[in-house]
Amino acid sequence: MLLEGRVWRFGDNVDTDQIIPARYLNMVDPAELARHCMEDADATFAGKVQPGDILVAGKNFGCGSSREHAPVCLKAAGVSLVIAVSFARIFYRNAINIGLPILECREAGRIAEGDRLEADLGAGTIRNRRAGEDYRAIPFPAFMQEVIRAGGLVPFIREELKRGKAGG
Amino acid sequence: MTLAEKILSKAAGKEVGAGDVTVVAVDVAMIQDGTGPLAVRQLEKAGMVRVANPNKTVLFLDHAAPSPRKELSNDHRALREFAGKTGCRLSEVGEGVCHQLIVEKYAAPGQVIIGADSHTCTAGALGAFATGMGSTDVAVGMALGQTWFRVPETFRVLVRGSFPPGVHPKDLILHLIGLLGADGATYKALEFDGPTIREMQMPGRFTLANMAVEAGAKAGIFPSDGITRSYLEQAGRGGEWLPLEADPDAAYERTVEIDVSDLEPTVSLPHTVDNTRTIGEVAGTPIQQVFLGSCTNGRLEDLAVAAAILRGRKVHPGTRLLVVPASRKVFLEAMDSGHLRTLVEAGGMVLAPGCGPCVGVHEGILGDGESSLNTSNRNFQGRMGNPEGFIYLGSPALAAATAVGGVLTDPRDFLE
Repeated sequence: MLLEGRVWRFGDNVDTDQIIPARYLNMVDPAELARHCMEDADATFAGKVQPGDILVAGKNFGCGSSREHAPVCLKAAGVSLVIAVSFARIFYRNAINIGLPILECREAGRIAEGDRLEADLGAGTIRNRRAGEDYRAIPFPAFMQEVIRAGGLVPFIREELKRGKAGG
Repeated sequence: MTLAEKILSKAAGKEVGAGDVTVVAVDVAMIQDGTGPLAVRQLEKAGMVRVANPNKTVLFLDHAAPSPRKELSNDHRALREFAGKTGCRLSEVGEGVCHQLIVEKYAAPGQVIIGADSHTCTAGALGAFATGMGSTDVAVGMALGQTWFRVPETFRVLVRGSFPPGVHPKDLILHLIGLLGADGATYKALEFDGPTIREMQMPGRFTLANMAVEAGAKAGIFPSDGITRSYLEQAGRGGEWLPLEADPDAAYERTVEIDVSDLEPTVSLPHTVDNTRTIGEVAGTPIQQVFLGSCTNGRLEDLAVAAAILRGRKVHPGTRLLVVPASRKVFLEAMDSGHLRTLVEAGGMVLAPGCGPCVGVHEGILGDGESSLNTSNRNFQGRMGNPEGFIYLGSPALAAATAVGGVLTDPRDFLE
């Protein structure tokens, strides 16, 4: 699975309260949540992020509250991929469950705002076109790529159920 | 085997060790009014409006309770309807914080507990493997009565020494998180033991387990011993007790040793929990609001410590004191023991049992540039509803001393 996009840069310990504040958790429509994406970290982010953009952060991205609205709103805002030095564990599972690609990359600190990246989820490679550099990330297991392709765990289970029935 | 390996092996029905990925039976599943509506919608989308164990599946109305807005009131309605359709347990507005009610009424040693709330780890104090997950994960666990885990490696936290006067379990856990860092235990289980832990009563253990996630941990687990047993007996659930100890040859990834005799009252500064200082380094910082409550420190013992300091004193005129008993049971006990009268006479106000101002959706929202000293567990930017506010974390004793001083104040100044 290949992804390409422009980079928005954030630091260490970006918590889910910053990604989507609790005051918006009652919003049902992902597009509505997306309007408040990253609001308490950078109030201008939702207005400038474009479909396909890549968010790059330091360590412990998505720490704090278990709210699944955090990866939901990033995905709905158009973020195609989140790359971080490390992820908090609940966020990591949530991202896969709702179909947001993520890559753990020790060298994420070399990536700057505005860089253009090409990432291969299955191979775990990231190409930085501006810097002319290649980085290694932890490859995304095939099963998880299938979940992402289906759009998340719930559509994945529904597809699996259908396929099971079709196969008799 | 570690405690995590023992509990997950039993739940998996086979022996599993750190690094194994396994499917386990879920004993208790919970959602709350912030994350629950999404879990319910996911179940509806998947065509699975059913739960495997309705008596052990609990929906809590606590994060915005009572509701400040019609949208949140409608979320509450949706959860009530789901409980009606499926037979799940519903914990109504005013009953208290989910994690406090889980330990009062549901959690027991050896169980696997999942919750769509990161502080689900609180129940680890009773010898359960309890962890927070997202709405979809918990929804699937509710429907199937099973979930999957990677069995975590364990950090052993060995605690010895006696707490000096004015120093409490909250200071210990803030100190530990400062030591480990906000991601120092990511994916790991913390296992607490040592002479100080063996003497610590359940309220202190709950405070420690509650904040395991603030170091990134998946769970914070305690052995199940005589203190666990008497807690369950007092709750009328003595029959649910069973002993649980790690094996002497259990493999730990790391051991952290702390002697609490050397600890001082500790404060987390904005905007991360691991940004800790001793009170001596930060005393005198002006504070406009003090929040005494939450799943970390809203229990009877916490209100008692604060009341002892505030008895016969007044909250500083430049500061407001918000008191939130963690549950209805705590509220009633604090009324009977006179602690609430003491706190209110001192100038505090008492709010409905629940999450209160912790998560910034319905009360106690800070003004621009204002600072709050909380006994809760998280001080992220914007956490209390305003990114222009500043949150400090400390013990109930430090909270009471600060309420009197109007600035961050050493509780040892009030020791008699």
